[in-house]
Amino acid sequence: MPMSQGDIENFIKEALPDAEVVINDLRGDGDHYAAFVKSAEFKGKSRVQQHQMVYKALQGRMGNELHALALQTAVPEDGE
Amino acid sequence: MSDNPAFEQIESEINENDVVLFMKGTPVFPQCGFSAAVVQVLNHVGVPFKGINVLEDMGVREGIKEYSSWPTIPQLYIKGEFIGGCDIVREMFETGELSQAFTDKGVELQEA
Repeated sequence: MPMSQGDIENFIKEALPDAEVVINDLRGDGDHYAAFVKSAEFKGKSRVQQHQMVYKALQGRMGNELHALALQTAVPEDGE
Repeated sequence: MSDNPAFEQIESEINENDVVLFMKGTPVFPQCGFSAAVVQVLNHVGVPFKGINVLEDMGVREGIKEYSSWPTIPQLYIKGEFIGGCDIVREMFETGELSQAFTDKGVELQEA
């Protein structure tokens, strides 16, 4: 069963409460999304680690219910 | 280390080849848009690489995800180190970090 935009956002925010999350539905099929996630939790982490944190938040759905998530992560500027 | 039988095969590939791309399809006939995108980037940067078609081996297809704790394909390795999937490789390409990573790791780039 594909995922809804809201589901993805909730999972990410549950794991990264401070995260700013922007999700775009790329094809309207519930399977292909783009997401931008900004969180202070990413500070000092490599891109791979940051993306792994987001995949972990999705609790195994990445690559299963969710076929494609074009992911971009960022760390808030100091004082942002 | 896990006793996943595919790990041995994966490790020999990434240790015997400087640049390895676990992908769906082959470099000449990629069978997934994300895999094709990484092949395009690697060809553009001018780096020889070994493409491993995970569609031919379910053990490797699932094993590689456990090996790198990365849930999707494609996956790029340089000198045995996991670099990332399509998003990260594309982002690194756009910022110039990808060419830098190859140079830093002593992988020669062929001028296009």
